[in-house]
Amino acid sequence: MSIVIDKSGPFTHGPNNVSRTMFTVLAALVPATLYNLWLFGLPAIFLFIVTMLACLACEALCVRISGGNADRALGDGSVAITGWLLALSLPPWAPWWVAVVASVFAVCLAKHAFGGLGQNVFNPAMVGRVVVLVSFPLQMTSFVAPKPLFTPGSPSFSEALTITFGRGFTLDGISTASPLGHIKTELSKGVPVVQSLDSLPTIGEMMIGFHPGSMGETAVPLILLGGLFLMWRKIISWHIPVSMLGTLFLMGAVFNALDPARHAGGMVHLLSGASFLGAFFIATDYVTSPVSKSAQIAFGIGIGLLTWIIRTYAGYPEGVAFAVLLMNALTPILDQHFRPRVFGRTRKGEPLPVRGDK
Amino acid sequence: MKLFPILGGIHPEYRKELTSEKAIVALPVPKTLYLPLQQHMGAPANTTVNVGDTVKKGQLLAKAQGAISAAVHAPTSGRIAAITEMTAPHPSGLPTLTIMLDSDGKDEWAEPMAPINDPFAASANEIKARVAEAGIVGMGGATFPSAVKLGLGGQHKLEILLLNGAECEPYLTCDDRVMREYAAEVVDGARIMAHALGAPKVIIAVEDNKPHAIASLKDEAAKQPNVEVVGVPVQYPMGAERHLTQAVTGRETPARKLTADVGVVVHNVATARAVHQAVRLGRPLVSRVVTVSGGAVSEPKNIEVPLGTKVSELLDFCGGVSKAAKRVISGGPMMGQPLPSLDVAVVKGTSGILALTQAETNEHAPSPCIRCGSCVTYCPCGLVPVEMASYIRNDKLDLAAKIGVQDCVSCGSCSYICPSHIPLVHYFNYAKGKIAALDRERRKNEQTKALVEAHNARLERQAQAKREAAAKAKAAKEAAEAAAAAAAQAQPTTEGGAQA
Repeated sequence: MSIVIDKSGPFTHGPNNVSRTMFTVLAALVPATLYNLWLFGLPAIFLFIVTMLACLACEALCVRISGGNADRALGDGSVAITGWLLALSLPPWAPWWVAVVASVFAVCLAKHAFGGLGQNVFNPAMVGRVVVLVSFPLQMTSFVAPKPLFTPGSPSFSEALTITFGRGFTLDGISTASPLGHIKTELSKGVPVVQSLDSLPTIGEMMIGFHPGSMGETAVPLILLGGLFLMWRKIISWHIPVSMLGTLFLMGAVFNALDPARHAGGMVHLLSGASFLGAFFIATDYVTSPVSKSAQIAFGIGIGLLTWIIRTYAGYPEGVAFAVLLMNALTPILDQHFRPRVFGRTRKGEPLPVRGDK
Repeated sequence: MKLFPILGGIHPEYRKELTSEKAIVALPVPKTLYLPLQQHMGAPANTTVNVGDTVKKGQLLAKAQGAISAAVHAPTSGRIAAITEMTAPHPSGLPTLTIMLDSDGKDEWAEPMAPINDPFAASANEIKARVAEAGIVGMGGATFPSAVKLGLGGQHKLEILLLNGAECEPYLTCDDRVMREYAAEVVDGARIMAHALGAPKVIIAVEDNKPHAIASLKDEAAKQPNVEVVGVPVQYPMGAERHLTQAVTGRETPARKLTADVGVVVHNVATARAVHQAVRLGRPLVSRVVTVSGGAVSEPKNIEVPLGTKVSELLDFCGGVSKAAKRVISGGPMMGQPLPSLDVAVVKGTSGILALTQAETNEHAPSPCIRCGSCVTYCPCGLVPVEMASYIRNDKLDLAAKIGVQDCVSCGSCSYICPSHIPLVHYFNYAKGKIAALDRERRKNEQTKALVEAHNARLERQAQAKREAAAKAKAAKEAAEAAAAAAAQAQPTTEGGAQA
């Protein structure tokens, strides 16, 4: 077919465009990111920069190979989001090559092998994270307790260089588990959740993000702030975050009530791991989530459910990335089955009955 | 009055302030007027004058032809200079038969049709006939012959005449001005139409951003028991017939049906004014109010324009168009149409002439779809534009049709909101056209096939009849021969037989 795009209206257009949308998302990530970079110090900053640069380079390379305009592709901001989210999902003191491998898989494989912007089935950042998680489990589950910048114990510049680009940090010395990892390990040793919770940060401490975790997932209030900002700007709607977090909380709360020894509570599930980051910034990825609102609710429920199941029964302590990828695969089916009702028609697509017709 | 929510919809920049406070001014009659014979949906009108004839203002130039058509009248007095093909005021730019009328400068009225003094005592048919005689069409832009729509009362039980004063398109203020300045004529016209339709109630719906129009209409409506004025939320496309009906009455028009099927008929406010003039004054539709606006127009205005005025002359009257004009369109920026040239005429459906700058059109090359779902969220028809577009791109028109592309009203909300600037409406218009063409083709093929089959069957029947006749003849012959033979042998066998 040939479309002459020069004929049909409308002849006015709203102010929105792709890069504006993307950069609004990035802006929403800034507070949580700054806070966590401060929390985890120079190595985190180095790792963040490495991830961003690697993703941008991969994008430029892939676009150039396929004959596109690299400047335009970088300018739309989509790869910056991928890099940013990928960085936030890595352990802050991970070595540089983990970030580079993750970036290559995220951008070249998950995005460009599927045809580039808008064509990918799976969330690129989560593909990158999962690839390195299953390939390098040691590096990917070695977390550090926060060592804020300008405080004693925070790595110096040269120490930071060694951590990120050198031999890495001495794993036994300071590595520790994230709260979910801790619960999982203790459970496997036969320690009930209630007891293992004692050695964990309190809910209050978890709220302010002062516990081990991936680079950007621990500052829940700041992530929530960014999420609310995106809702206010109408970039995302409540459907995916609320249904996902609601399901996760509900599953945690119900099973905790049934069997507190084996199941962490709803609040622990909400405040640990990537729940909030996932709900507001990852599950809501336009390209890989459904377009209609009812499908989005089903999608969010699916992620919440899968996250809880993986955290509870699977070998990995953290489930958001896997849950998102699994639900990404269902997105086309959800879109097929949850279309809005067409004006003047029944849900089945038949014209509404005329008044008086029985 | 209780209002009902409508689906989706957007809030485009209104830009009505350019002209909303500009009272309607009359355009001096141009030297030559160009009157296309097709200014309405349906069949073109048939000329009743010849080149060289002198005519008076309001005199019939071309009469309606067929069931859906509208007459054309002289907008001023003068001489028919030519009847020739000229570029139509339509994006196709195709030539259309047009009457050229040279004005004599006197602007003299012909003898008007006899006013109907008490229209509420007149029959529905009488009013319908008058509206048809006056060549009135839907002036909101759809240009459906109004008389045909007034006949809906015969087949449907109607409860409400809904007068559409929503005017939800950006820039346009012609209806706003008509409602403010001619509220009495609008209300009177509406009551006459309601009478013809047999609808006991008139509701005039106006978007809340036109408080002056609402106030003037309310003053007039207060004098009538059955007329109500209601402000509706500012939400494009509130002016879409089915959506307005739902917002005001809560009744959802079934797909492929008319609003009349839910007891409502919708007419535009300017149409109501034209009906008033035709019925009370005996005047045909020879002029209309047009908003000339946009950032590239020096002095935006609301103008009472004789039909047939060239767009270029209208723009000159507004101080001309600056070089910054990126597009000149007829109608509003959401559903209006680009003009093929400035040498086309203002017709009965021309509500606005807009000259827009790049900043106003905000046109950009499309980028890939990021599946943001905005088009789904804002579609007032509950469609999934992103999916329809992807089917159409892959030439799967049947799948696009299955998920409702023909239910699209081309309001443009999806295109307007799309961050990737994908021309979605263009895809859908293309698909709708193509599907209709394929349908026609299929029906034609089926018809041809049926004819061929009938022909073959007939030939077969004839052959069969022939064969049967031949067989019968043969049988008869054989029988005759057998009989003859039998007769020849009759003697001996009879004997033998007798012996047996």
